[in-house]
Amino acid sequence: MKKKKVKTRNLVLTLIVLALVIAYLAFLQANSMQHSYAITIVERSCIYAVAAVSMNLIIGFTGQFSLGTAGFMCIGAYVTGILTIPVDMRDQIYYLYGMAPWLHDVHLPLGVALIIAFALCAGIAYLIGWPILRLKSDYLAIATLGFSEIVRAVFGWDGLGPITNASYGVSNIPAFTSIFECVAICAVCIVIMGLLIHSSYGRAFKAIRDDDVAAEAMGINLFRTKELSFVISSAFAGVAGGLLAVFMRSAVTSTFTVALTYNILLMVVLGGIGSVSGSIIGAFLVTGSQEWLRFLDKEYYWSDLFKNLAGTAFGGMKVPLLRNGFRMVIFSILLMVVVLFWNHGITGSKEVTWDRFAAFFAGRKRKKTAQEAKK
Amino acid sequence: MSEKKNVLLVEHLTMQFGGVVALNDLSLHVDEGEIVALIGPNGAGKTTAFNCITGVYAPTNGKIDFQGDTIAEGHPTGRMKKQYAGENKDTYTKTISHTPDEITKRGIARTFQNIRLFGSQTVFDNVLVAKHMRAKQNPFTATFMLNHREEKRMRDETWQLLEEQNLQNYADWEASALPYGMQRRLEIARALATGPSMLCLDEPAAGMNPQETDELASFIEEIRDRYHLTILLIEHHMNLVMNISDRIYCIDFGRLISKGSPDAVASDPKVIEAYLGVQQED
Repeated sequence: MKKKKVKTRNLVLTLIVLALVIAYLAFLQANSMQHSYAITIVERSCIYAVAAVSMNLIIGFTGQFSLGTAGFMCIGAYVTGILTIPVDMRDQIYYLYGMAPWLHDVHLPLGVALIIAFALCAGIAYLIGWPILRLKSDYLAIATLGFSEIVRAVFGWDGLGPITNASYGVSNIPAFTSIFECVAICAVCIVIMGLLIHSSYGRAFKAIRDDDVAAEAMGINLFRTKELSFVISSAFAGVAGGLLAVFMRSAVTSTFTVALTYNILLMVVLGGIGSVSGSIIGAFLVTGSQEWLRFLDKEYYWSDLFKNLAGTAFGGMKVPLLRNGFRMVIFSILLMVVVLFWNHGITGSKEVTWDRFAAFFAGRKRKKTAQEAKK
Repeated sequence: MSEKKNVLLVEHLTMQFGGVVALNDLSLHVDEGEIVALIGPNGAGKTTAFNCITGVYAPTNGKIDFQGDTIAEGHPTGRMKKQYAGENKDTYTKTISHTPDEITKRGIARTFQNIRLFGSQTVFDNVLVAKHMRAKQNPFTATFMLNHREEKRMRDETWQLLEEQNLQNYADWEASALPYGMQRRLEIARALATGPSMLCLDEPAAGMNPQETDELASFIEEIRDRYHLTILLIEHHMNLVMNISDRIYCIDFGRLISKGSPDAVASDPKVIEAYLGVQQED
């Protein structure tokens, strides 16, 4: 009886939050000119959330330290970009190399292009997973890192110019028709990964993470299970890359450097290794805070901050430290503080659920009453 | 004894690591429904034998049959051809090996000397994950919950097993938070969840007090009868071994030095010298 009550409460709360989110998105969409800045932040955060959850799937849930995310995002971005740019603009974009004739008239809607990106990344991950998933921890990290750089080099190679436009990249990719398109695709991707993690396969992933010897003794095929996790993770990284290309309206190899992988790793660690909701929170927090801290990049005079100082000698001095790039200094310090005090990430390895919220508030109330009782 | 069906047959098993012969020419057999103990001083090669049987190591030489099928066979190859210091060098010619998960699928489940639970997961999930192997799902049906019937069956079976093992009150606990004896129990429950016909217990009584050891003895006999198991165990506690085992094999420095009924082995001077002689020193 009580369990049922809690369940309905959770469902109602979830629906309310969902409705609020949709209402907020609709509000942004209705005044899209006015709120274009907010829209870009939301879209970028959502796309990074997909990448972060996909990375968490392999690192946080399966315990395999793979750093190939940027490489797969690069593949996904190019595939999506090449297949969706309008046919009549192609000659103009590929003016140097001339687009390969068999590809020239292939134009697909975004959804289909993303599915092809998904399938291609899955196939490539399957092939490279064969040799490299035998490696463990640091060695796997180096191998996947190498792979992601190779991908970048290959896509920037002149020989592939007729397909990838080499170092010029693919541009003029049609943008999202509305914020809903982007958010909905991201939500579907995250929900699918969440369901997989929640299933029997997810439990097998976690078993391998916690103790691979015991997992094997329990009849879990190490290689096949790792491969599954790697393939799914890479395929969704590809989709995230495709979405990123549409968001930026271009796909260039310089976007998909190792720094991008680290950025996503940061979201995963900050949010909580082994928590889907943590990765989403991490993605929004990292993307958002990099924007919110932008005021630190401007130079100020003291008189700008305190109007009554105007005209004095002190008012004419610059505020120390605030200058272009200072934002990243503060951002790094904030990161260190977060990692020091929440060293399991913001959510830890558990999911954020309504029950957890309830327990948190109930715990605080109990503490308070206990303190009052002591007095 | 000979009318009983043979379950495990180990022939001339030799395991050599580099120049060290960890196990030399070990032959043993376990029949259906028996409890057989493998004893020996520290470093005698007991766990190595276990690891060969459960597929962790591929034997250097020798053969292991399980329920009539060869699950592992090896002969010295490559560098080992020159280095090989064991016996029966040219008896075996084939190489057959299976990964531990394949062995488990065939019906040999095991526990570990140092408990290996999935510490951060709940007791329930620890047992549930062992059901993964026998499920007929695939990633697609599992993700989109098309296998909910199977999933429910797996969960029900897990509950039943936890109740049978008296662990149901701890179902939501993190495995690492359980007291030591319970962790041992949970490890056995998890092994049982794989649906084995043979259970290999690696020092199940390690770190237990005499009372817990007695409880464990009756527990092992109980699970053997309830799940129709054959049990092979490694143990140091002579009390436990003497009480429950039908037959005992004693090894020292990788060699079999004695075998037979508990009384016969216990009175064998070679065993006393190798095994109990060590105890006199401390």
